[in-house]
Amino acid sequence: MAKHVVAAVGEIPPGGRKLVTIRGREIGVFNLDGAFYALVNRCPHQGAALCTGAVVSRLEAPLPGEYRLAQAGAMLRCPWHCWEFDIRTGQSWCDPNDIKARTYNVSVEPGEALAKGPFAAETVSVAVEQEYVVVEL
Amino acid sequence: MNVTLRDHRIDNPAQSHLGFIDCDVHPFYRSPADFDPFLSERWREHRRSIGHRSRQGLARTSLYPRMSPGNGMRGDAWPKDGSPPGSDLELMREQLLDLFDVRYGLLAPLVGGAAAERNVEFGAAMAVAVNEWQCAKFCDPEPRLKASVQITLEHEESALAEIEQRAGDARFAQVNIPPRGLEPLGRHRYRKILAASAAAGFPISLHLGGTSGHASTGGGWPSFYHEEHPSYVQSMQTLVTSLVCEGVFEEIPDLKVVLVEGGFAWLPALAWRLDKHWKRLRAEVPQLKRAPSEYIREHFWVSTQPIEEPERPADMLSIIEWIGPERVMFSTDYPHWDQDDPRYAFKVKLPEDWARMIYRENAQALYRLD
Repeated sequence: MAKHVVAAVGEIPPGGRKLVTIRGREIGVFNLDGAFYALVNRCPHQGAALCTGAVVSRLEAPLPGEYRLAQAGAMLRCPWHCWEFDIRTGQSWCDPNDIKARTYNVSVEPGEALAKGPFAAETVSVAVEQEYVVVEL
Repeated sequence: MNVTLRDHRIDNPAQSHLGFIDCDVHPFYRSPADFDPFLSERWREHRRSIGHRSRQGLARTSLYPRMSPGNGMRGDAWPKDGSPPGSDLELMREQLLDLFDVRYGLLAPLVGGAAAERNVEFGAAMAVAVNEWQCAKFCDPEPRLKASVQITLEHEESALAEIEQRAGDARFAQVNIPPRGLEPLGRHRYRKILAASAAAGFPISLHLGGTSGHASTGGGWPSFYHEEHPSYVQSMQTLVTSLVCEGVFEEIPDLKVVLVEGGFAWLPALAWRLDKHWKRLRAEVPQLKRAPSEYIREHFWVSTQPIEEPERPADMLSIIEWIGPERVMFSTDYPHWDQDDPRYAFKVKLPEDWARMIYRENAQALYRLD
């Protein structure tokens, strides 16, 4: 499993995302309140570009008529059939037992460590004084 | 490259869905004024100064607004210039026609308000305008797209004239009637329109929708779009039952009816129930010479989207067998939010001959396409 540098930390602000292609695979990298997560850009339902969908909160209703927004910005809604997935885990909201969006490990590494390797930095030029988002694949 | 997205084009020609016929594609206008060139000055002015009077209580919105922007559009189908999904032929080619090498796409224009217009003369003018607009904007520049004749069911004379006008025009494939109407379609008052459609060689396409003014379910108004969406099936069931029980198919034996976007798993169960009752109640409907299920099997076609997703995927095969694989036709519903992708819609592998029929041959035969 290789590590791929996909962005400088400042490039994806909280609530933001970046679409990247690593070894032929489209992956969406998301920043949730400073923590980074990566999901495959393919909905497990019918194959839509999942990571281009809206980032939404989880809407919960403890009782009919009572609504609350929970986990602000933690859900990704597919642009086709509106199936929602937890950005952090890939868990499906509507069918958590049977389907899951593929996730990848993401870490933040200092440029100093990257310069030593064994990382693949395809388009991101790495400077040692910065921090970088790294996806394992 | 880190930011280059992979080309989504499908290049494996062995896949059975390629070259399919899409039985439900939605064209849209960039602006309602797009219809003006096809309206007389009298109706252009009417559209601008008075506008549409639909049979629903709300103006400029649907009774149950969809949660996707654009009132239910696929999130990635917006042209770059911000025009509505379905209005840009180039994008439609890119996301549908060229991507899958679609052989033909049957247009279902849910625009213009002709069917539900209270001012039926305005409705009739809008029907003609939408028919002209389909040709000018879509079918003439893109011959893979086939138009559906729009009519105003409540203005018989204009409907008959429009069907006659389009008969023999290869750009038109069928007559479009919304299933939610003032009265069930088998009622005698609609018979001439059905007969004229059959005589012109047009199947009738009942595409989910319509604003009749009646509550959308037999049990009153639902609260949520979640309830509203499956309730469209009720209007489909009403129309199937009405067309059968009124003896329409005895009177018009070459009438063909396509149920578009209403699901289909319910159809066999409805046929079983109608047969069961027919054995006991046939004295009331002596016009029926055969079991209701026989009329259904002979005269009805169904389109697949929104595809049934049974808990056990293999149950799909039983459903298709009960309906008859020769009566099921694939549709995407592009560019709506609940559209189906031909690669992934079926969660079970179809037998190769069924796949050929469902993706292509059934529609080819029904619409007499090459």
